[in-house]
Amino acid sequence: MSEDYKWRYGFFLGCVIPNRYPMIEASIRNVFDYLGAELLDLPGASCCPAPGVFRAFHIPTWFVIAARNISIAEELGVSPITGCNGCYGTLRDAWYELEHDYDKKKEVNEYLAKIGRTYKGNFEPKHVIQAFYLDMGLDYLKDFIKLKFSDLKVAVHYGCHIVKPSEKRPWNGEYEAPRFLDEIVEITGAKSIDYKDKYMCCGAGGAVRTAVKEVAADFTREKLVNMRDAGVDIIINCCPFCHLQLDLGQVEVNNFYGDVIGEPFHIPVIYITQLLGVAFGMDPNLLGLIKNHELQGVSPFISIDPFLNIVKEQLI
Amino acid sequence: MSENVEKYIKRKVYKSTSSRIAQKFVDAGLEKIRACINCGTCTGSCPSGRRTAYRTRSAIRRALTGDESVLKDIDIWLCSTCYYCYERCPRDIPVTDMIIKLRNIAVEEGYILDSHFGLANDIFYATGHGVPATGENNKKWRDLRESYGLPPLPPTVHSYPEAVKECQELMNAVGFRKLLDNAAKLKEERAQAAKKDKEE
Ligand code: SF4
Ligand code: SF4
Repeated sequence: MSEDYKWRYGFFLGCVIPNRYPMIEASIRNVFDYLGAELLDLPGASCCPAPGVFRAFHIPTWFVIAARNISIAEELGVSPITGCNGCYGTLRDAWYELEHDYDKKKEVNEYLAKIGRTYKGNFEPKHVIQAFYLDMGLDYLKDFIKLKFSDLKVAVHYGCHIVKPSEKRPWNGEYEAPRFLDEIVEITGAKSIDYKDKYMCCGAGGAVRTAVKEVAADFTREKLVNMRDAGVDIIINCCPFCHLQLDLGQVEVNNFYGDVIGEPFHIPVIYITQLLGVAFGMDPNLLGLIKNHELQGVSPFISIDPFLNIVKEQLI
Repeated sequence: MSENVEKYIKRKVYKSTSSRIAQKFVDAGLEKIRACINCGTCTGSCPSGRRTAYRTRSAIRRALTGDESVLKDIDIWLCSTCYYCYERCPRDIPVTDMIIKLRNIAVEEGYILDSHFGLANDIFYATGHGVPATGENNKKWRDLRESYGLPPLPPTVHSYPEAVKECQELMNAVGFRKLLDNAAKLKEERAQAAKKDKEE
């Protein structure tokens, strides 16, 4: 480990972060570096594989591909870390189950031997939020805060797999009303606003988005209505698939359900490291907040300008 | 599993029930469902059931009674795997995992939506990613990456062709390729039969 770093992880990118929301990748990389945590690349890592689709198609495939991904981090002597609840669900559940099932682990290793790899299970897969809250701790993060919001109302969206199944997660069994993400948000001076059914699923996961987009969007509609009723300025989340569903999904909700929602939705969706970064006083360019291109039909689909205006008014 | 449980699962003979499918439910370890007391907590917790015809308890029930129609319904694909039922079931049945196992059996029997088949076959098997950035259609995403100071392709399977081969080798060995080919065959056979029915 280089002397300057206090922590070191293997950055498991997954699919949606690098290939649809690269601004999230940029913000995680730069915020971790800023906090003194080194992120190593995991060369040749694949899809986690996604728990709602590929695990639902074939559990044995899910196990061996997940074990291969974890083994890449093990070779580097680090925990794989992900910014995605879906990848977290896969890597952590596969790891947990393999560590509790000797025969399964042996079988998985017989497959991995065919490609010259071994899965050991000696490095716990982690989530970015887990690194912030449990490895670094709130007090450590607070020391980096240079600027504070004076009036920013946030709808915090946890997503599902960051807390469930709770026995396979590091939050002491809490899943009905966790607070860790709200606490991280609030060190920036922003206020986490309670809204109805705050812990409800965004609707994208479990193969639902690919199966029937309208059903996924109806979950999202319900969440958005509750968020708007609570009067929030922005949505903060910790999963790129929720992020996609809340961002692109707003466009879909506006299209599919325009007749029932009244005004169309346009709530900026911001990833947690982007919010933390601006409060740390980091350059918004490093946080993927500044658009530098003329591309059409790319993320973010809902303008984040209202958030950038709040940043300008309150922080600079 | 005890003999009694096995009898119970195979006991009820629906019109569409084949003991072959009932045996698959048994083999997949769905016997945990026997502890179900029909309380409906799962259905009551389900965000999907609030807006669709999917009823968690009923899907679980049909599996327990060996009713194979549960595999054909789109219902089991409307579970968003939010894990509320899993957490709240008073009988500690890992409900979400049971749904996942039912889906595994459904795919084995060729009940997989076209969109899911395409995702598995044309995208995941072919590229190693579930959401790729390669190909002409995805150029805008590579450009977007570059606009944020990142290389056009991430250091994943996308940058290591031999890693895609590795994944495919694993998927072949563990039976994924065969599973998809078989599902495609069964889907095609059903489509042909349906066409013939229509003509008659
Ligand atoms: S919550 Fe559990 S016991 Fe109650 S109906 Fe559902 S599966 Fe059965
Ligand atoms: S895991 Fe699936 S079945 Fe269970 S409550 Fe959530 S959406 Fe419903």
